[in-house]
Amino acid sequence: MKVLVGVKRVIDYNVKVRIKADRSDVDLTNTKMAINPFCEIAVEEAVRLKEQGIASEIVVVSIGPKACQEQIRTAMAMGADQGIHIETEAKLNPLNVAKLLKAVVDEQKPDLVLLGKQSIDGDNNQTGQMLAALSNMPQATYASEISLQQERLQVTREIDGGLQTLSLSLPALVTTDLRLNEPRFASLPNIMKAKRKPLTVVTPDELGVSLSNKVQVLEVSAPEERQGGALVGSVDELVSKLRDEAKVIG
Amino acid sequence: MSILVIAEHDNRELKPVTLNVIQAASEIAQQLEKDVVIDLLIAGADCQAVAEQAAEIAGISKVLVADNPVYQHQLAENTSLLITALSDKYSHILAAATTTGKNVLPCVAALLDVVQLSDVMAVESANTFKRPIYAGNAIATVQSDEHKHVLTVRGTAFDGVAAQGNSAVIETVSFAEDSGLTRHVSDQVAESDRPELTSSRVVISGGRGMANGENFQLLDQVANKLGAAVGASRAAVDAGFVPNDMQVGQTGKIVAPELYIAVGISGAIQHLAGMKDSKVIVAINKDQEAPIFSIADYGLVADLFEALPELEQKL
Repeated sequence: MKVLVGVKRVIDYNVKVRIKADRSDVDLTNTKMAINPFCEIAVEEAVRLKEQGIASEIVVVSIGPKACQEQIRTAMAMGADQGIHIETEAKLNPLNVAKLLKAVVDEQKPDLVLLGKQSIDGDNNQTGQMLAALSNMPQATYASEISLQQERLQVTREIDGGLQTLSLSLPALVTTDLRLNEPRFASLPNIMKAKRKPLTVVTPDELGVSLSNKVQVLEVSAPEERQGGALVGSVDELVSKLRDEAKVIG
Repeated sequence: MSILVIAEHDNRELKPVTLNVIQAASEIAQQLEKDVVIDLLIAGADCQAVAEQAAEIAGISKVLVADNPVYQHQLAENTSLLITALSDKYSHILAAATTTGKNVLPCVAALLDVVQLSDVMAVESANTFKRPIYAGNAIATVQSDEHKHVLTVRGTAFDGVAAQGNSAVIETVSFAEDSGLTRHVSDQVAESDRPELTSSRVVISGGRGMANGENFQLLDQVANKLGAAVGASRAAVDAGFVPNDMQVGQTGKIVAPELYIAVGISGAIQHLAGMKDSKVIVAINKDQEAPIFSIADYGLVADLFEALPELEQKL
């Protein structure tokens, strides 16, 4: 089975977000960047499927400026076999990304596409579902367990009420949730090896995808700060404040 | 052009978050021409009871019911085809930003060739909305020039409309197409007598400080006294103390109850993003330096294993 994995370059999840003084966007200058955590889980799952003998080849794809190749190399160091970089400086929305990925899917014909459920910058949680709809693939979002059963993919999903298990025909699209696996750290020899793995660079034009964007960001602002920090000395004091001051308990 | 709201339900009853989404829809309607109406779609199987319940909701013009086995589990493939087929007369299509809404609506947007806006938390105008980005650490005001607006709505950001008082027309939708791509195997849904996390007036959550799953009973006992839902931090879920559906946080559930009690939770950004819009926040933690105290209205520096039984007793 051939697996296609998408990885996005985003702000490192440990870094505190700063908003630009003109409130046009967040400020990412000189900020540490990394693979989006959910994408990293997707890469790990692909590598595990290969280790189990289920996947035969892992292709990793990333979209964005040249620096994205760092994240592709990281995925290769984890175990992906080859990379595709769709190079563009454009600001992309999830529909743009889904269309670009569809072009890659049409060309590569993977049996399984693994994506993160959302990126920790835009928090859109759309790309996987959009790609599934555009490519007419079955989808299982928020996966916490994946297995192959009689030529179908069985996926357990984390839903609001608990868990749901679906059986998908192949090719299929799966987006990952946090508890699917814990990604490995790439070893130094594997990082060195990754530098020699094949990486193809293409442009949206070459893929025949035009990038329109009808959604504009007018402003980015900081959320309202909460005024907290008051301490109470005892359970008694807490109960009486909740009852008499905040009036939230009877 | 009118507004279509996708109802959140489990074939037996309508979920309260639907009322919050309808509020968002009516705020949009106020920005449009006078004759804009709001229709509610119920896609399910044997879901007539939900339709009758929905017909009573204030502000609804029509309840559209697609009652067919292909919609029983609201699989994204089938439901998105249905919504897309109904989309012609609607300028706005809204669903709750729940795992159901977030699963299906991007498919609809893609089929309609428009961008979707996720997790809308404020309506500025009929095409301008506020939504959280970077785990709620920034708020983006976005304006969409798409020919249709497809939005998921953060329920806690809007008050719910009245659940009763109306008698909307119920109309049957016959469209039923099975993509045949996905089969439902099973659901493991936690059964509980407690209120749902996202709609409960009071939430009490435990973190890594609870030390193990059994200790969550201490929270249950306080929750019983308060009629509260019980939640957990990601650390507690990842440690295997409790199941994932209890997780409050950016990657779990977003809650905004009147009272949120965080017990043994340090207050990682991830967790704060899921509860910081609560009206009153209480933190109980033995580590005085825990970041949760900086946003808590009432902080109690104490050993939770002593404080919880005492709290239960004094409530």
